[in-house]
Amino acid sequence: MKTYRADLHIHTVLSPCGDLDMSPGKIIKKAKQQNLDIIGITDHNSTKHCSVTQRLGKKNRILVMMGAEVTTREEVHCLAFFEDIEKLSQFQEFIDVHLPSIKNKVDYFGHQVVVDENERILEEEERLLLTALDVGIDEIERKVHDLGGIFIPAHINRPKYSLMSQLGIVPPGLKAEAMEISKHIGVSEFLKKHQEFKDFGFGLIRSSDAHYLEHIGEVFTGFEMNSASFAEIRLALAGREGRKTIAV
Amino acid sequence: MMKVKDIIDDLGLTVFSGKSGLERELTGGYVCDLLSDVMGNAQTGQTWITLQTHRNVMAIASLKDLAAIILVKDNKPEEDTLKQSEEEGIPILGTAEDTFTIAGKLFNLLKNQQ
Repeated sequence: MKTYRADLHIHTVLSPCGDLDMSPGKIIKKAKQQNLDIIGITDHNSTKHCSVTQRLGKKNRILVMMGAEVTTREEVHCLAFFEDIEKLSQFQEFIDVHLPSIKNKVDYFGHQVVVDENERILEEEERLLLTALDVGIDEIERKVHDLGGIFIPAHINRPKYSLMSQLGIVPPGLKAEAMEISKHIGVSEFLKKHQEFKDFGFGLIRSSDAHYLEHIGEVFTGFEMNSASFAEIRLALAGREGRKTIAV
Repeated sequence: MMKVKDIIDDLGLTVFSGKSGLERELTGGYVCDLLSDVMGNAQTGQTWITLQTHRNVMAIASLKDLAAIILVKDNKPEEDTLKQSEEEGIPILGTAEDTFTIAGKLFNLLKNQQ
């Protein structure tokens, strides 16, 4: 077993709020500098920067978890990850059906561009990504799991766009591989404030939610497992077969 | 004191569920779509006007002992939300109108009762 450093919540330039410097190439370079072994690419309601980042990650021995940060109908942000391009593109189709067609206002929200490994612009996303899908959290969770994915409500203790702000309490019976707590609070402090999570059965992770290069890897989660792979990460999140996560 | 059943005709509301709670007394209203805020600030006996349909709506209504829930803009409760409303006996009502309009009407109705 080895401990891998993972920052599973990173935005790229495709997210309107993501800095223009957040190209796949620069993100991988920065992740390398930060000694990260695993990163998650999680743009708002889009998966379109995942495959290029994964290709670049492979060359640099970084595992890229491909996913998105989706906004549910209740305006809860949730991370979703998929094992391969096919599942990922099926999830992209689901997003395309459920994302309302509101045109992005670049001056107000920022650019939403897809680039290649050399930072050439391939596509400008016209639809505003910073809005909610028209489906609720339960249906999205089911879709992610139907596609064999990993579902993690994001920064659950944040005062906005979180499970706790939007839905008050964790819905009983919600199926999630883990919960992400915000980077502004340590795990022990969080558990002191929220005793109810102590024996909750969800793993806790912390990530940077980086929108700027300098924030990548600022906060990360340790994954103790045999190798860096989607399947091993799933085991570690569940705390099964000797694998585990270490978030401080 | 007004009861939940007293506002149904005047406001033209649909009763989705929780009929056993129509006799509940109604002390006022609360308007918000952030469940965390409702949990912190709604008062016992209020009618909660919202567009949220998730089952946690019922969890909070029960926790705060609210009189009823009014879903706006033709939103329908999800299946497990309905079920819980039946179990708790807290009615879920519905309207095609938006929050501003229905809240204004309820406000006037309550004011005129005093």
